[in-house]
Amino acid sequence: MTLFQSINEFVVRFANTNGTGSASANNMFAKAIMRMGLPVSAKNIFPSNIQGMPTWFEVRISEKGFLGRRDGAPELVVAMNAQSIEEDIQSVQPGGFLLYDSSRILPQRLMRKEINFLGMPISDICRTEYSDPRQRQLFKNVIYVGALAALLDIDFQVLKDLVSDQFKGKDKLIRPNIYALELGFEFANKQFSCPLPICVERRDLIGDRILVDGNTASGLGAVYGGATVVGWYPITPSTSVIEKFASYCQRLRIDPANGQKNYAIVQAEDELSAIGIAMGGGWNGARAFTATSGPGISLMTEFLGLAYFAEIPLVLMNVQRAGPSTGMPTRTQQSDMLTCAYASHGDSKQILLIPSTPKECFDFSAQAFDLADRLQTPIIVMTDLDMGMNFHLSEPFGWDDKHEYDLGKVLDADDLEKASDFGRYLDVDGDGVCYRTLPGTHPNKGAFFTRGTSHNEYAAYTEKGEDYIKNMERLEHKFATGVKRLPAPEITINSKAKRVGLVYYGSTDEAIPEAVSLLSEQGVKVNTLRIRAFPFNPQVASFIREHDSVFVVEQNRDGQVKKLLCNELTIDPASMCAVLHYDGLAITGQFIAESVQTELSVQTDKAAG
Amino acid sequence: MSYIKPQFKHPRLQVNDLGLTHRDYEGALSTLCAGCGHDSITSAVAQACAELSLPPHKIAKLSGIGCSSKAPTYFLNNAHGFNTVHGRMPSVATGANMANRDLIYLGMSGDGDSASIGFGQFAHVVRRRLNMLYMVANNGVYGLTKGQLAATAEQGMKSKSGEASLFTDIDLCVSALQFGATFVARSFSGDKSQLVPLIKAAISHKGFAFIDIISPCVTFNNNPDSNRSYDYVHDHITTAAVADFVPVKQEIRCENGQSDSEDICLHDGSILRLSRIDADYDAHDRIKAMTKIEQHKAEGKILTGLMYIDPEADDYHEINGTSDAPLNSLKQETLCPGSHVLKTINESFR
Repeated sequence: MTLFQSINEFVVRFANTNGTGSASANNMFAKAIMRMGLPVSAKNIFPSNIQGMPTWFEVRISEKGFLGRRDGAPELVVAMNAQSIEEDIQSVQPGGFLLYDSSRILPQRLMRKEINFLGMPISDICRTEYSDPRQRQLFKNVIYVGALAALLDIDFQVLKDLVSDQFKGKDKLIRPNIYALELGFEFANKQFSCPLPICVERRDLIGDRILVDGNTASGLGAVYGGATVVGWYPITPSTSVIEKFASYCQRLRIDPANGQKNYAIVQAEDELSAIGIAMGGGWNGARAFTATSGPGISLMTEFLGLAYFAEIPLVLMNVQRAGPSTGMPTRTQQSDMLTCAYASHGDSKQILLIPSTPKECFDFSAQAFDLADRLQTPIIVMTDLDMGMNFHLSEPFGWDDKHEYDLGKVLDADDLEKASDFGRYLDVDGDGVCYRTLPGTHPNKGAFFTRGTSHNEYAAYTEKGEDYIKNMERLEHKFATGVKRLPAPEITINSKAKRVGLVYYGSTDEAIPEAVSLLSEQGVKVNTLRIRAFPFNPQVASFIREHDSVFVVEQNRDGQVKKLLCNELTIDPASMCAVLHYDGLAITGQFIAESVQTELSVQTDKAAG
Repeated sequence: MSYIKPQFKHPRLQVNDLGLTHRDYEGALSTLCAGCGHDSITSAVAQACAELSLPPHKIAKLSGIGCSSKAPTYFLNNAHGFNTVHGRMPSVATGANMANRDLIYLGMSGDGDSASIGFGQFAHVVRRRLNMLYMVANNGVYGLTKGQLAATAEQGMKSKSGEASLFTDIDLCVSALQFGATFVARSFSGDKSQLVPLIKAAISHKGFAFIDIISPCVTFNNNPDSNRSYDYVHDHITTAAVADFVPVKQEIRCENGQSDSEDICLHDGSILRLSRIDADYDAHDRIKAMTKIEQHKAEGKILTGLMYIDPEADDYHEINGTSDAPLNSLKQETLCPGSHVLKTINESFR
């Protein structure tokens, strides 16, 4: 049998049962790789279930820095779930390795000649070592991480340090965890020939980067952005945005003098109410937000129309999942782009921010509150399950202490005293953004009625066609002037010939370096443009027009952003090709490269024919 | 009918403690039908706020959609108002209240708004003990869409078009009691002497206060077959106790101690004085209140007045432990942890 060999370039897949506490052990493994100085990403492939179903955790180690999901079979599978063992054995790459619990003998029919079986009686070890059933279960996970350290040549001290860091303050837990790691480490060293031909070697490729999920970043960004009012309803995969916001608030937003909370998080009865709460907070001058996914967006659409038309600031974080309807709740997609861009009935439009890394989730989440206050409209931060719930290597979070919150055009009592005239929807500055007042500001100036019915410049109800059109045109103008405040696209020019351009956005970014490299190996030099906001920056149209072949890479079936581009920038749909990946798993570099190449060869054939 | 409200104020109009007259509590001219019960509610709200000497701009008035929800336009011109979407006022009121706990929140809703499309939001705003006064102008029909029956219409009731209500009605007072409201009353738009003291007490109450106000629709539901018509309500209304509101400053006379009267001290120090008519009346017994409402209904009578009060109730902010300073007043230096904290946080992800 040939043994697969690779240093610092392989995939490890963990097969676990959900609800058994494997996630923290698997995270520890991923972090250990990072502390070995190696680029790493970790993706959880989990069911919409609480306990007992198979769940997988895929760690990609790549010295080259290719951290998107990789197509093809993993080199090493850690099979800890009897339920999925047959499938897990089949999933190993020929020449690869399977670490499994040999407490029970594997049926002969499951054996494969072309892979290496590494049997370790973990259940037996745990039965001997621990009497408490819960401990037997939990330490199983820690033991296999210890074994992996020996098999893959991870510095054991790195793991010890990780345990100490993880249980800081709960020191009683440090020793038993290190002991469990040692059990696995010693066993593997004795029983197997360590290290395996796939293993890691220390490098210094991480710099100051961090390994974190996007939802943590978004939640923390909201703390930094000054959010105080939250309405929410639990829904996968957005729930942890709120949970993280809450836990950082517990730490950072309790007044030390009196223990009072400088925030209010209301768990609402549904998503209608969740966004209503955010809207009430924004109307009354607090920075307010909600977070949701797929079905929640459908419910929130009603209020998004009111917020657009009545011009109320609020922030909505949409962690997209596979639709339509309930769809695949624990799988990723970018399929709410059209719905969100044009959310609500009537002529309405929303501003979208589309981050690609946890660092950008943090930045855009904080910035969304400034933009919402400045432009007096909802700001929707569009992430997805892959971005939100998986661990990505990211630049560290940063905050400029000189940055002052932009609270937008809000008149206080003195301003109102000085003002000769106040009309809530009077475009005084010509930028389409009007001045607002908050309830309770002045005894007899500045009060107005906020409404979702048509209104004139003084917020009075009107059915006059000319007043209605004036207001609708001003809203268009507001969006036009607002575009320059939105994050500009990120453009990378690799070839001045500008033959092939890739347009993409969001979590797809992780797969792009590999796609570009694979194409380059085939002699195809591509330039890239990463969209970071909607409405589109004018640079997007220029980039598309300047390139001979443009590919719009998305994780949905319908090419939603391609359609948006055609619609908003009056581009001929035939002038762009769609690269669409939507099976619910994150897009891969190989998929992008192959799709582009196939299409290019068709184009070449056509030209030749 | 006049379409312009006169600006003139009589120089000898009575002023309240803030030096304001009742004109300072008015709103825009009503566009509701002449004789609409809702206009009486409007004037009762304005009168209550004026007599309580509330600064109008420290009140926020919120509503959903429907005839009832138009009403806030017609009172308190100097208060900010928010006509939200149909049935969703409770969530917007919640967010507004979270942002600034110092304002007084008046919610105005209707039977379609609260008992149908927004029944879920109604239930949950009660549960979460939002400090607000929630009023429903209840006429049993949809006015703006021309007379369809509402969920509060009693089974068998016929609207003007002759359509009978086929299903069990939702009694919003019973619902509010079940959901945990700490101030529940029912009144009649045609009886200001009952309605005004109840509104004042409800505003002075801390926590969620609910008043269901029967408010006949003169256009679509004032016919002889209706049990929401002026005549029907006048003939069938009854009360278990008369409520009187005694403001904080007024010296309390020694009428309490009498067996048919009870003084309840409200959160702001004012007194709600209840004079019993029904000897079995107990404003502190939630279960009995529900039973009494249903018993009267079974007898074809409409029970009004204060049904239930818990004067010691707490509100959402007390349960949450929110800062005394309104959240919308907190500055960046309080809210933003700054870059030095981020260093430690980054370290936890390495």
